[in-house]
Amino acid sequence: MIKENISILTPAQILQRHKIGRYLYRTLIIVLCAWVLLPLYLLFVNALSSSKAVNSFPKNFVPEFDFESLIFFSQFAGMTSALSNSIKVAVITMIMSIVIGAPAGYALSRFDFRGKSTFRLLILLTRAFPLPLLALPLAVLFIRTGLDDTIFGLALVHTTLALPFAVLITFSIFSGVPIELEEVAWTLGCNRLTGFTKVVLPLILPGIAASAIFAFVISWNEVFAAAVLTVENRTLTAFLLQNLDTSPLHLKFAGGFILVIPALIFIFAVRKYLFAMWGIANR
Amino acid sequence: MNAKSLPYILILPVTVFLGVFFIYPFILVSQQAFQSGAGVGLSNFENVFSHWKFPISLKNTLYLAAAVVPLQLGLALLMAVLVTKMQRGRDLVIYIWTIPLGISDLAAGIIWLVIFDQSGFLNSIMQSVGAIDRPINLLSYQSPGLVFLAIALAEIWRATAIILVILVAGIGLIPKEYYEAAEVFGANGWQRFLRVTLPLLRPSLSTALVLRVILAFEVFAVVQALGGTLFPVLMSETFKYQFELLDSGGAAALALVVLAISITATVAITRILRVPKGATL
Amino acid sequence: MAEIKVKNIAKTFGGYKALSDINLTVADQEFVVLLGASGCGKTTLLRIIAGLESASEGEIWIGDRRVDHLPPKDRGIALVFQNYAIFPHLSVFENIGFGLRMKKLPETEIETRVKRTAEMMHIEQLLQRYSGEISGGQRQRVAVARALAMEPDVILMDEPLSNLDALLRLEMRAELKGILAQSKTTAIYVTHDQVEAMSLADRISVMNGGRIVQAAPPIDVYRNPANKFVAGFLGNPPMNFLPATKGEKGKWYVSEMPFDGPNTYLTNLEFAIRPEDCVLSAQGLRAMVQVIEPLGPHQLVTCNISGSMFRVILESDTALSIGQFIRLEPKKDRICWFDPTTGKSTS
Repeated sequence: MIKENISILTPAQILQRHKIGRYLYRTLIIVLCAWVLLPLYLLFVNALSSSKAVNSFPKNFVPEFDFESLIFFSQFAGMTSALSNSIKVAVITMIMSIVIGAPAGYALSRFDFRGKSTFRLLILLTRAFPLPLLALPLAVLFIRTGLDDTIFGLALVHTTLALPFAVLITFSIFSGVPIELEEVAWTLGCNRLTGFTKVVLPLILPGIAASAIFAFVISWNEVFAAAVLTVENRTLTAFLLQNLDTSPLHLKFAGGFILVIPALIFIFAVRKYLFAMWGIANR
Repeated sequence: MNAKSLPYILILPVTVFLGVFFIYPFILVSQQAFQSGAGVGLSNFENVFSHWKFPISLKNTLYLAAAVVPLQLGLALLMAVLVTKMQRGRDLVIYIWTIPLGISDLAAGIIWLVIFDQSGFLNSIMQSVGAIDRPINLLSYQSPGLVFLAIALAEIWRATAIILVILVAGIGLIPKEYYEAAEVFGANGWQRFLRVTLPLLRPSLSTALVLRVILAFEVFAVVQALGGTLFPVLMSETFKYQFELLDSGGAAALALVVLAISITATVAITRILRVPKGATL
Repeated sequence: MAEIKVKNIAKTFGGYKALSDINLTVADQEFVVLLGASGCGKTTLLRIIAGLESASEGEIWIGDRRVDHLPPKDRGIALVFQNYAIFPHLSVFENIGFGLRMKKLPETEIETRVKRTAEMMHIEQLLQRYSGEISGGQRQRVAVARALAMEPDVILMDEPLSNLDALLRLEMRAELKGILAQSKTTAIYVTHDQVEAMSLADRISVMNGGRIVQAAPPIDVYRNPANKFVAGFLGNPPMNFLPATKGEKGKWYVSEMPFDGPNTYLTNLEFAIRPEDCVLSAQGLRAMVQVIEPLGPHQLVTCNISGSMFRVILESDTALSIGQFIRLEPKKDRICWFDPTTGKSTS
């Protein structure tokens, strides 16, 4: 019994349908790429324009490549120190989250121990929690311990933000190195430590680097805690936030530009590991 | 080094760190929310709830989340399906679409300010097509709808990548044999999407939704950049309580409100998108 | 170059007893195969000897040293894994020489040994390649070379041929046997493949349920299995079992045919004979032909003897038809008898 709802198309019609389908498909992809890239481009235009152009109307769609805005930005009071603060906090966060998080990632991938699932739950919980809210009580705690308004203090909070990601990414990286490689090394004259340094470490360095960069980006971009915890030693994000009401447009745009550029580079560097992290976390 | 104790030694730093910088502050916030000059009680909550800005900020936060998250989910699904089929250029497209992941929410707000500002690109375009003569102040209290739109657009632009990454990873886990079997049994592309992709994506959808919703309730910097005081949300109010009103009890109370709606949403989403035991990949 | 003594080894994982009461002595330069199905404990035993797991009870001696408290690197062993575990970030040369570098041997010595073992395994042309650039079979050779380069007292192998395709497995089996005999190393080899075990072993140690059931040279394990499990595990197609009841004058009746059997107080036994140990004859067990499988070198005939399935291997030229009744006479010296309750041999 042949069903009536099978329609017979001629080869030409099928080809035509495929062509339309492909055309639609390609257009969609291009439109979506443009959707992401266009606003970035516009920021780019504004940042590379003179202050006059920024405030003028209508806007030109091509940048003048006038660095006046950026120069003004860099000379704005407190800006360079804000920038260096951001970098310092991000670097400390990066180092701390790897040093503290990687051992845990290794433990999760290699060992089955009592409390393992509770530990994993804790990690997941921190990711799902509105962490910036913790900045409030920590502000008080920091005042008491003298960490208030310090780079190190903010780095501690940022590390808390970045740790779950560090643990989960390193977990997925270590899981990619079969334990047999370490076991063979143990039979060939290595103890646990030398086995790790000679066999596992060379294989995971790219992944650890990606994990570190991810931590850097998280710290670099963070706004709420930075605004809450820094007063004199502002980071770039806190600086921009505080000056949102008062600063001229071209300053904001130049600041946004500086914020964005490292992110573009970093996301490019870690793109392979973005999926690894979530792929493992889903299971 | 004893092999039995090694794992515990390795997880000790993280556990201690999170204990001090996560669990402990959490306890502090909870305590502070229930404490005020008059002793232990709900007075902070009463103050906060009775403030005229509370219903507005709560409404704004919830409406924004309700508007933005479903759209992002649909958009991310579309992008995920498109990109899984790609062969050439796939890496480039994925890189472009995940760029917003690395962009601070503050930067995203600024970026969309470039467009929506009075001297911005949207006005320029509208003028060049003759829709208006002079630039309009789009982001003013006279046009709350436009403020909402600007913020919503910025959020959609910024945060869709978060969902996209989770969904692409999830789709990657679905063996293509399932699609082939469905095709052999007569399912067309749309049907395969509905009956193979979506059901098998449930765990990923659940994770992505929970994460995105929680982040949506925390929206702060984007709003500040585009709307400032025009569009109060829960986080901006929390910030104000702490720094302008110097009322940390109130700030703590609001923080717990954010936590409460986050938990409610998490529970609701995981329940709705629950997968029966054994029905997973 | 050492004797291995496994004394009273037991291993428990949580509530699960993986190994009980393991006692085994491997003579110097002997090649012992641990044979058994998945989960019988053979890999666990190997890992305990290697030092990758610790035993719950018992001792391990290699040479005249007690080693069960020593880490793997101090036991004088070398290990070949099923998945080869070749270091991806090192060249083949560096892989083979890894253990030698750990021992801090002089560079010239390392080079000599690596080249020598590479030649032995026919991979001397691959020394500068990396693991991603060579085939699975070649990786396996690198794994063996890496173990041999250490000139260990004992070489331990955990199903090293399992991941190779059938033809390669056959070639490697023969090569391995030659190389290991030549290098005069004591070897313990784990496998679930009974053909591999028969082919390679000086002695086969059959394991089941965490215990060693029988340890004897291959032909002994084949001809005189210690129990029903061993009898059924070795040999393809497997041994046939028929019920036997005691008759008068010490005779046992199998399908109404009398046989000389063991002298025992039991009244029921299991009669066992291998498919290749029966011939067509005028007197013998009466069997009805059910399935005929012409396999090339011979034909495999499945029959029915008094309700029990019975397989027999006959010459290819013998003409048979389904439903035909034939008589099969078992070779007298190949008959085995088993206690139906304990499964133990009573031959």
